[in-house]
Amino acid sequence: MGETLTKIEIVTRPNKFEQFKQELAKIGVSGITVSDVKGTGLQKGFVETYRGVKREITLHDRIKIEIVVCEVPVHEVIEVARKFFNTGQPGDGKVFIHELSNVIKIRTGEEGHDALKNDK
Amino acid sequence: MEMGDAVFMFIATMLVWLMTPGIALFYGGMVKSKNVLSTAMHSYMPMAIVSILWVLVGYSLSFSTGGNAFIGNLDWAGLKGVTFEPNGDYSATIPHNMFMLFQMTFAVLTVAIISGGFAERMRFSAFIAFIIIWSLLAYAPVAHWVWGVGGWLRELGALDFAGGNVVHISSGVTGLVLAILLGKRKDLESSSPHNLPLTFLGATLIWFGWYGFNVGSALTINDVAMTVFVNTAIAAAAGILGWLLIEYYVNKKPTMLGGLSGAIAGLVAITPACGFVTSASSIIIGLVGGIVCFWGVTYLKKKLGYDDALDAFGLHGIGGTWGGIATGLFATTSVNSGGANGLFYGDFGLLWKQVVAIVATFIFVAVITYIIARVINVFVPIRVDEEQESLGLDLTLHGEKAYHETNF
Repeated sequence: MGETLTKIEIVTRPNKFEQFKQELAKIGVSGITVSDVKGTGLQKGFVETYRGVKREITLHDRIKIEIVVCEVPVHEVIEVARKFFNTGQPGDGKVFIHELSNVIKIRTGEEGHDALKNDK
Repeated sequence: MEMGDAVFMFIATMLVWLMTPGIALFYGGMVKSKNVLSTAMHSYMPMAIVSILWVLVGYSLSFSTGGNAFIGNLDWAGLKGVTFEPNGDYSATIPHNMFMLFQMTFAVLTVAIISGGFAERMRFSAFIAFIIIWSLLAYAPVAHWVWGVGGWLRELGALDFAGGNVVHISSGVTGLVLAILLGKRKDLESSSPHNLPLTFLGATLIWFGWYGFNVGSALTINDVAMTVFVNTAIAAAAGILGWLLIEYYVNKKPTMLGGLSGAIAGLVAITPACGFVTSASSIIIGLVGGIVCFWGVTYLKKKLGYDDALDAFGLHGIGGTWGGIATGLFATTSVNSGGANGLFYGDFGLLWKQVVAIVATFIFVAVITYIIARVINVFVPIRVDEEQESLGLDLTLHGEKAYHETNF
């Protein structure tokens, strides 16, 4: 096959997701998976109070975006992510890059690069 | 029988009835999502069980006129002689069986309030056994002391207009004793309310029903009843402000749950006093009610280390105690000639009687609750086992879940 399949996993703040998604479409990324997650890092927690009883909350609401690319350069995706998700404050999140061994499209059985294409 | 009074009491009875489902929602929103149905059942089961017990023997033990100073007898068991014909000892203008039903809603509500103390960790079978025995051995005597013909607190001249002792102190103290006997919830540190809008709805129904609870306790619409109506409305309002002011002072954040809690605190505090005090006094009683209940749930609970999960004692026990004392301070015969003058109106005697009534209720209810719970615990552990608690009572005790939030 010779092609490299890369999975890009972005854990970041939920705001600006819509703009990010539109920009991704422009550079040719056609499929993404998003989930709500909770996470903690350098950012400080916050305090909830119920009937005067305080609770320190250190897990923040984040989203996890998963993208698999082959033709689209990985660095372009990272640039888009940093453009939208960098606020300069702790808590912006991380990007994780994984190399994948294969991708299979459930409907057609196509594998690898073909499975990522949209033309069938 | 007077049709006007009867129609009024019909509505008042239905209003008080609504408070118990209100408690189910109020408490249900404050527990974790895995225990919301179990918590609702703690209010719903009294509606089934205590209602039946009430017509069988509870009403007779509480209100029959042939008993002693401590408890009624069984003359009215099975509603024998409790008919459409009014009973002049309680109200000459409404059907006797309507008075009985009005009082039934109080008995049911009281048992439901207790569950705030033991939420999220009591075994269902033990809970059922407890409420059956408690409503006969604790509620019926205290109701008789305060309201029954010949009851010793009634004879003493202690004032409790709508049930500060009978409903609120007794349920609050019972919740506290059970909370101590059961011990703390395993995941207390990570416990937070799962649905506060549900709690908002519940608190709203409770407040709404409270108008029937307090005003209906006048058994007619007269001068005193309208004072009660006004006092109830403004004490709730003042309770909200009292709680939020102290909460803002301490934590710099006014919470909605705090507002709801303050309303309940104000309502509890005004309950024994509402037919004996002026409206200006009601504002003070409600305001202080909000403040002392905040102190109770925030500092006292932490300092003494009991897990009164939803603050049955914090709101009803402490608020009811303040209300009883406040009655001894603020009561005036200018509002109700059938009442008495409190300390601020020149008579020390009433305050003393109020304290006697409060202390007697605390001790009696605590001892009875302790004994009942200990005896039940011999036959079946009152607390669920650890795995049931961690999986949640909805699933393990009732075989159902409140929310199915995923597709798998």
